[in-house]
Amino acid sequence: MSFIRKPRIPLPKSQKNVLGLTRQDYEGAMSTLCAGCGHDSITAAIVEAFWQLDVEPHRVAKLSGIGCSGKTPAYFLGQAHGFNGVHGRMPAVATGAQAANPALTYIGISGDGDSLSIGLGQLCHAIRRNVDMLYVLENNGVYGLTKGQFSASADVGSASKKGEANRQPPIDPVFLALSLGATFVARSFSGDKAQLIPILKAGIAHKGFALVDVISPCVTFNDHEASTKSYRYTRDHHTAVVEADFVPLRGPISAEYGSGDVREVAMHDGSTVRFRKVAEDFDPTRRDRVYRYLRERQDAGEVATGLLFMEPDAPDMHEVLGTVESPLVDLPYETLCPGAEALDSLMEKFR
Amino acid sequence: MSDPVNDFALKIATVNGTGSASANGLLMQSIFRMGVPVSGKNLFPSNIQGLPTWYEIRVSGAGHTSRAEAPDLMVVLNPATQTRDVAEVRAGGWVLHDSSWQLRRDAQRDDVTYLGIPFAELCTERFEGSRARVLLRNIAYLGALAALLDVEVPVLEELITQTYGRKKKLLDSNFEALRLGYDRARDAFHCPLPIRLRRMSANDDAVLIDGNTAAALGCVYAGATVAAWYPITPSTSLVDAFSAFAGQFRKDPDTGRLRVAILQAEDELAAAGMVIGAGWNGARSFTATSGPGISLMGEFIGLAYYAEIPSVFFDIQRTGPSTGMPTRTQQGDLLAVAYASHGDTRHIALFPADPHECFHFAVAAFDLAERYQTPVFVVSDLDIGMNDWVVPRLRWDDAYRPDRGKVLSAAELEAGARFARYLDIDGDGIPHRTLPGVHPRGGYFTRGSGHDSHARYTEDSVAYREVVDRIARKIDGAATAVPEPELVVDDALGAERPATVGVVTIGGCRGAVVEARERLRDHGVVADVLRIRGFPFHPSVRSFLDRYERVFVVEQNRDAQLRTLLVVECGVDPARLEPLLFYGGMPLSWGPVVKGILAALGMADPDAASQPTGAAPAPSPGSTPRLEIARGGA
Ligand SMILES: Cc1ncc(C[n+]2csc(CCOP(=O)(O)OP(=O)(O)O)c2C)c(N)n1
Ligand code: SF4
Ligand SMILES: [Mg+2]
Repeated sequence: MSFIRKPRIPLPKSQKNVLGLTRQDYEGAMSTLCAGCGHDSITAAIVEAFWQLDVEPHRVAKLSGIGCSGKTPAYFLGQAHGFNGVHGRMPAVATGAQAANPALTYIGISGDGDSLSIGLGQLCHAIRRNVDMLYVLENNGVYGLTKGQFSASADVGSASKKGEANRQPPIDPVFLALSLGATFVARSFSGDKAQLIPILKAGIAHKGFALVDVISPCVTFNDHEASTKSYRYTRDHHTAVVEADFVPLRGPISAEYGSGDVREVAMHDGSTVRFRKVAEDFDPTRRDRVYRYLRERQDAGEVATGLLFMEPDAPDMHEVLGTVESPLVDLPYETLCPGAEALDSLMEKFR
Repeated sequence: MSDPVNDFALKIATVNGTGSASANGLLMQSIFRMGVPVSGKNLFPSNIQGLPTWYEIRVSGAGHTSRAEAPDLMVVLNPATQTRDVAEVRAGGWVLHDSSWQLRRDAQRDDVTYLGIPFAELCTERFEGSRARVLLRNIAYLGALAALLDVEVPVLEELITQTYGRKKKLLDSNFEALRLGYDRARDAFHCPLPIRLRRMSANDDAVLIDGNTAAALGCVYAGATVAAWYPITPSTSLVDAFSAFAGQFRKDPDTGRLRVAILQAEDELAAAGMVIGAGWNGARSFTATSGPGISLMGEFIGLAYYAEIPSVFFDIQRTGPSTGMPTRTQQGDLLAVAYASHGDTRHIALFPADPHECFHFAVAAFDLAERYQTPVFVVSDLDIGMNDWVVPRLRWDDAYRPDRGKVLSAAELEAGARFARYLDIDGDGIPHRTLPGVHPRGGYFTRGSGHDSHARYTEDSVAYREVVDRIARKIDGAATAVPEPELVVDDALGAERPATVGVVTIGGCRGAVVEARERLRDHGVVADVLRIRGFPFHPSVRSFLDRYERVFVVEQNRDAQLRTLLVVECGVDPARLEPLLFYGGMPLSWGPVVKGILAALGMADPDAASQPTGAAPAPSPGSTPRLEIARGGA
């Protein structure tokens, strides 16, 4: 592992957002990942997304599992509480944290090993519960931190650095999430910030579980010729099937849109996602169509990317649990303890 | 036999799923309402319908709560087990059986009295519908027992009214069935039997409650707002009770929404993760599980210990290892809990002996978890958790306020110097903590990987040791904060005549050991009892061990886990601690404890004469003392 400064986006450092904060205020510790690791680009996109959304950094909770990907929450939002838990179990920690205090913004970072092998069950159940969080799956087809073993997202035929070909079918997080009823599903590429940043912003605004599968090449163990998760392969096969802009509630409505159909989907908080260049037979609010369309793209050898599906009005975990509006952590003890008198009359039932 | 009024035991042998449990509960409750101390043990199979099940009721005017020795009266309603059931009755006892069918030859003894009533036939004659007949047969035997034991019928009728009061037809048929059994017994036998009840007023300030319900109430009163769990016997009823209480006490009156989140997790790993996530965020959160769940939670428990996250774990122990016997009791998780997870870990644990302590220890667990920023275990078991116990009425002090520990407020963070999450500022090993979202200066990175006193990633030996050594000091400090051991000594004797032996025990063994202590006095053996209630051990534990030449350790597992903990934690010579182990899965009775201690002291077996003399040897799966460690040490 080398220790170099992470790549910086060439944007004016002094520029301030509505809160008067610069991008630097959204950064974290120095990255210790390999130079060129896709994960670092995702970190930079996360910094940009939060800065653009004017989120107070300390009102974010950032959680992760274990892996190179799991380390990255240390590299953004230095003022936020971070939680680097155990391998594959970030969804449970996030679920408990979110249950206790939904007033914070939750972002979880995971890897393909973390999410699709050891933590597959937890990912599935967080999707089912529609836990309100942005879930970024930094997908490189290998276990980076344990030095390059195949992960469950490795494609059939993709070869390891040593030349061994993977023969087991991959688990595709996008199809998985769609079939489990996920309410926000996207795929992107760490090398395409223009696509990734709006997706992250929409994912943060989404009330519910937002899965963003980001192809994030591992330069050290999976960036070679025969890999299907290399920069080159991804650039060649990554096909944006839809372009989405995120228009925040109070944002300018002045963005220019090219010709062609524009489809707007209103989000829970009043923001909007504008879908452009949508293929004719694609409807990002129709789960069955999206699934079929993506299968077709896959059969054509493409890696379909973009904000692929959203269902903004599905009930999230708190709605299903029927918890009170106020975060549980803010409830005064007096409203939680029934008191001596109530216990005394309850005791009559036990006589 | 001494005066058997208010001092006897009966056992009801039925088939699982036939509705007998509620009838047995009614009997327990009527005895309770007659003011007589009573305890009940539901010995049920891991099965929904069809397997044999037993219910033991011990009536003890003196207030003894341990499992009864051989029953005085057996109610034989399950043909499949009649032979062993009849064999268990003490010589001179009674067998009430359903004479709709013949008792097998091998279920016939000449030293017991048979009381036959054709319950099934009577109910078939009287009632319609096969399910109703089965259910009402239970009420009919209840009626017969009322006649035989002098249960006050109005008390029973009141209870039945409270149970079925809303449905007139059901109520009428229940009353009829009760009468049926009652009249039949009065007509056929000399009622009451010498073993019988007489009204007392011992329960004026008592309640009849199970440990899981009491623990759930403790969680409500402690202000717990997040519960995460995965169903497993015998812990499920704790969360069921918590949900019910939440519906009762935690509903916003205006919106009907809940001031609590109850998450049924996908497994115990997830349940532990959720509890830790919620605790990290500042909620009082807990899970309830049993041994298999504790095993699965291991990795997360270590994380909570090392990253210092308050979390409460109820371990309602059952018989292990592995799936073991899910509906039998044991104290087999003591070591697993004390040092749960890999690496150097050591956990605060509380050991209630009855539902009253379950309630109070649940509250204490949340305070300790937040004060020490660590996982805290409440180690109960199936016997305590699922059986109804007569305990002092639960009371609440409205002056109680949760101990949230050292949590820095926004104002403190604003005013203070740089926050360092894992620095020992106060010299007690307990660092300061911040909650997410409170203040920009409070942010830090929680991790299970190596970290220094400022929560920064480290692989440096010195920085690593600074943190883990401090955590060790912190947990050491909890020894005086956990509930002190209970000491049962003879005040009258005082220091004048020191006891012959010391007995250390834990949890649900309490009743058996305290009663054994009284019986030992009849043999000239004076025993002082110390019951462990918390871990790490209070300093008084060590001094107790040092005080006696011979110390017995009574517990319910095969491998003397409490003894191991005492040896390791108190540094005493293992030869000085003599194990008395009962691990067959049944609640403990006093007899085997007395026998074990007398045998170790080279004294005669007192019970030889009063053993059951049935055709077949009495099965006593719970009473197999294992005494294999050399006793010559003292
Ligand atoms: C219980 C457990 N088993 C194994 C490991 C070792 N381990 C650490 S990271 C990792 C794989 C990480 O792969 P991935 O999630 O794809 O993350 P990446 O490093 O590729 O970003 C493994 C197996 C562990 N930390 N914990
Ligand atoms: S090993 Fe791969 S995934 Fe890990 S930091 Fe290096 S490039 Fe990134
Ligand atoms: Mg990976």
